[in-house]
Amino acid sequence: MSSEHSAQVVDRVYRQESGRILAALIASLRDFTLAEDALQDAVVAALRQWPATGVPRNPAAWLTTIARRKAIDRLRREGTLARKQETLHALEQLATTDALADAEEGPPIPDERLKLLFTCCHPALPLEARVALTLRTLGGLSTAEVAAAFLVPLPTMAQRLVRAQHKIRDAGIPYRVPPLPLLAERMEGVLAVLYLIFNEGYASTSGDALIRQELCAEAIRLTRVLVALMATEPETPDDPEVLGLLALMLLHSSRQAARVDAAGDLVLLEDQDRTLWNWAEIVEGMDLLDTALRMRQPGPYQIQAAISALHAEAPTPEETDWQQIAVLYARLAHMTPSPVVELNQAVAVAMADGAEAGLQLLDALRLDETLAHYHLYHAARADLLRRAGRLEAAEAGYREALTLAQNRIERRFLQRRLAEVSARLP
Amino acid sequence: MQYALLIYTNETADTKASQQEQEAVTAAYYAFGEEFKEKITGGEALMATTTATTVRVRDGKTLTTDGPFAETKEQLGGFYLVNAADLDEAIQIASRIPGALTGAIEVRPVMVFE
Repeated sequence: MSSEHSAQVVDRVYRQESGRILAALIASLRDFTLAEDALQDAVVAALRQWPATGVPRNPAAWLTTIARRKAIDRLRREGTLARKQETLHALEQLATTDALADAEEGPPIPDERLKLLFTCCHPALPLEARVALTLRTLGGLSTAEVAAAFLVPLPTMAQRLVRAQHKIRDAGIPYRVPPLPLLAERMEGVLAVLYLIFNEGYASTSGDALIRQELCAEAIRLTRVLVALMATEPETPDDPEVLGLLALMLLHSSRQAARVDAAGDLVLLEDQDRTLWNWAEIVEGMDLLDTALRMRQPGPYQIQAAISALHAEAPTPEETDWQQIAVLYARLAHMTPSPVVELNQAVAVAMADGAEAGLQLLDALRLDETLAHYHLYHAARADLLRRAGRLEAAEAGYREALTLAQNRIERRFLQRRLAEVSARLP
Repeated sequence: MQYALLIYTNETADTKASQQEQEAVTAAYYAFGEEFKEKITGGEALMATTTATTVRVRDGKTLTTDGPFAETKEQLGGFYLVNAADLDEAIQIASRIPGALTGAIEVRPVMVFE
């Protein structure tokens, strides 16, 4: 086997399995940094050995076993601290029971990723560190990739990750699935991080398109893992919001190919070629949503997924059930009050009851400081003014939106609309 | 692990409290102390920052200033030392300190020297 080939295998295994391997390593090492270092040692060993010996039958198990040994080496080299001696002793016990021969047979690595996810999303960590740590440890993204995704210089991101790892260790953030009284609250935090990763990819304000798509895919993959692992937790109740979030991501993701045209311009929902929608994702999203709704504990993610599903169900834009969407936005605004949700509600009302009805709601929102600086508020308002035939006001609205919009694709869209409106003005 | 739970509250508001309110707070702290007596290894209430003195030594010279280290809206008014299995337990105990209802509790792991 050529060394290039095994390098590719190492790379693929690392991408697919590093989250699981790290989660298992951290469970026995109780130390993020040591686990990461040991896994890197194991990867180096794989790159050296696999070209000669061939790729082991269970590469992930091989990497885990070697990483444990490398951790023992590291601990022996530096370890005089009592706390480390304890870990070392436990590891040595483990090492005798899982010899490499077992790795060849492929013993299942216990899946500890749920613990890792809850630890990475612990509320005692700053939000940006939760996101970065989740992508780095569970997503298997390199620090450079995470830095690029969030447009942060590499050293800044590296420092952010190290600080978070140290806080986990020093402050005693537990490595476990939270007990029942804490679970609902902590799950909310986990879902928020996953949704943030998805949104950073889906509705980002700038950056490289490929990295963005990868973020969406990664968020969906991690949420799938969460759904699957929660199903295997015997003592935790089913949380329909987890299913709701996955449904929401899939339904949004289904429109990715139709959202941007060949020239890279943004295509609004009503103008999208619906044959470009990914029906496999839509069907899966709707099935998940049905399952969630049957549990009869509605939540913000389920409602947003339901709104997205109503769009997906409409064969043509004209057949969209805007009345129902306006009702759902009103419920969402009640559950999670936010100017952005109310903005969406106003747009839905405009579609259901006419542009003027929507404008009335929008003007009532105008006082809000956050919205005054939000380009989508001005874009939505300009759009309703355009529909109402108030072209001069619409023109001013698009100009206002353009002074605030950052995203290149969104700016081009607004410029197009502005040109259309200006052309119709006397 | 051992954690210090540092209690920050608004002193001015605390001193303005009526005697009845102050008695209620004292009773709440007493109840907290009873409930978590297995976990608490130490702690003190501090006198107001009006009694504080801040000391710095620069170039061998002791500089003494009146008042707390930093002027902030809320002041360190006391602390507990507790034993907790992990941060989640420390947070849970901190959330039960009466001062958490009006002020804030800072949870700090205590350094272990091996």
